[in-house]
Amino acid sequence: MSPESGFERGYRALREAIDAPAASFFSSCVHCGLCAEACLFYTETHDPKYAPVRKLEPLRRIWRREHTLLGRLAKLAGLGAPVGDAMLAEWSELVYDSCSLCGRCSMVCPVGIDIAYLVRKLREGMSAAGHAPPGLVAATKRAVETGSPMGVTWRAVQAQIRHVEADTGLPVPVDQEGAEYLVILSSMEAINYPEYLAALARIFRQAGASWTMCSAGFEATNSGIQIGDNDVARRLVSRIVDAAERLKVKAVISPECGHAYTALRWEGPNLMGRAFPFEVLHVLEVLDALRRQGRLRTRGRKAEPLTFHDPCQLARRGGVVDEPRALLGMVAGDFRETADYGTMNWCCGGGGGVSANDRAEELRLKAFVRKKDQIDALGVGTVVTACANCRTTLEDGIEHYGMTLEVIGLTELVAQYLAEDGDPGPQARNPATAPA
Amino acid sequence: MGAGANELLVWASGPGLAIALAVCFAGIALRLVEIFAPGRRPDLAAPRAVTPGSGMRTVWTRSLPPQGMLRRSPATYLGGYVFHAGFFVVVVFAVPHIAVVRDLAGIGWPGLPEAVIDAAAAAGIAALAVLLASRLLDPVKRLLSGFGDYFAWVLSMLPLVTGFAAHHGLHPDYALLLALHILSAEALLVALPFTKLAHAFTAFVARWYNGDISARKGVAS
Repeated sequence: MSPESGFERGYRALREAIDAPAASFFSSCVHCGLCAEACLFYTETHDPKYAPVRKLEPLRRIWRREHTLLGRLAKLAGLGAPVGDAMLAEWSELVYDSCSLCGRCSMVCPVGIDIAYLVRKLREGMSAAGHAPPGLVAATKRAVETGSPMGVTWRAVQAQIRHVEADTGLPVPVDQEGAEYLVILSSMEAINYPEYLAALARIFRQAGASWTMCSAGFEATNSGIQIGDNDVARRLVSRIVDAAERLKVKAVISPECGHAYTALRWEGPNLMGRAFPFEVLHVLEVLDALRRQGRLRTRGRKAEPLTFHDPCQLARRGGVVDEPRALLGMVAGDFRETADYGTMNWCCGGGGGVSANDRAEELRLKAFVRKKDQIDALGVGTVVTACANCRTTLEDGIEHYGMTLEVIGLTELVAQYLAEDGDPGPQARNPATAPA
Repeated sequence: MGAGANELLVWASGPGLAIALAVCFAGIALRLVEIFAPGRRPDLAAPRAVTPGSGMRTVWTRSLPPQGMLRRSPATYLGGYVFHAGFFVVVVFAVPHIAVVRDLAGIGWPGLPEAVIDAAAAAGIAALAVLLASRLLDPVKRLLSGFGDYFAWVLSMLPLVTGFAAHHGLHPDYALLLALHILSAEALLVALPFTKLAHAFTAFVARWYNGDISARKGVAS
């Protein structure tokens, strides 16, 4: 028997990706086109090829030919639309460049198709068949080989830890067994935003929470999820799971990164085939819990007007919507919401691996106009977010369009207004809600 | 005219109807088996303890346009609502239709006045015309559309038009019009499970899964 070709591997992956939800979704499409109106890659280009449901065509055909009686009969008779390697190659742009897996289309489809769920599945076949974009392939290779898609090594993280310790005068615990929280970083934070780690050190000091980092599991970014390679995704998740189990932590704190949260919180246990003995929390969930317990105390507020950009994987695909608003309520003096905020938020255009995909850059900047217009309408000078990837995408768009805006992570903003020791601050500890 | 049309009418309202109903019900059963057969792996990620969403919630709420969407695509929403409402009223509340059900199943319910049925049918026909125009003119819908979409449109339009024509005697041979009306309805029944018209029953399954997937994460979709 000849070895399976790349295309055959991809085809098999797609055939096996069909489950009952997928079959119900494909059975229901009426070609109404409403998904296009919810997709920034369509609304900002008006190119009908970006209609979200059309991006699924290879997977739909395979569902029809392999999972329906009429489709199978048609296939036997040599009828029906086939799927070939050329089609997968043609669809690579639609599946990777023009979809950030933001899931806005999944919220508006009148028959209820979760299109983002299906694009994620389609990527499994595309990547197995060798049609993932080169930028993502390279990032995934680096992730497997060095531990990080941006090539961040533990030595680089150690250097950052030393800087943070010097700047804050606080220790950054490493490999400490029995700590409450395991802190992991996204590549972007490790390289570009050391403020995040410094902010956490100060916040945890105030809250009296015990935490640690792990030298064998520090990278939260999961290229396997973005590219659609479940084996890689599993390997990357397992590094964190091993670290958390070895150090016996109560919870792993997913950093300010949208898809890292999806990877560990929602896909992680399914990739590993078992439930985790620890909790997975986004850092904003942790900070909001500390706020509710009276362990997070701030003083003063940022007076200048600001807005919050909801990372899609955090809000629409993750359910973390109220926490950032509660935290902004502590530190923002003039908080202005964009239209469609929260679970109907518009994506920055860089999620789902789009920002790591060089060939998508021009399209991504076009799609960014949606966010640009929303922010421009508010008259704010600062955009707060909770995802390093959104942050980089926003900064790139701001630079490209010559806007004057500061972008800052919410954890960092909260840390800027931390009450000093001995200062109870306006959010003084409430004995009724304080932990025992 | 005459004998031929009468024979056709007898066949359509007797064996024809029985065949169409049998194919429709068997087809629906087949399609549901096709949907559920691949199964669904259990979700091992701990769901949120408190969630505003659920599968059932989305089954209902997806019938309403999300905020801002009506303005973005008014023809799709308004055309869709008017067609579905008009079609439903005519099918379920026209007195002759209720008589057919009473004949077959022994149950019945009060019908609506002819004028209401007439208006509903006219509105349904007009809405279908608007939806076809929108399908042909809107670049997204045109690109997404294939033979199946236009075929489904014809199948939806024919029972409305032939019923309207028969009721108003738009052709001297009433038996022929009635036979064509019944045959067009039977064509719709036969095609329903195997075309995009299947959304009449699969959309509720799809909406439920959509709502359930989001609800576990704490989102009401």
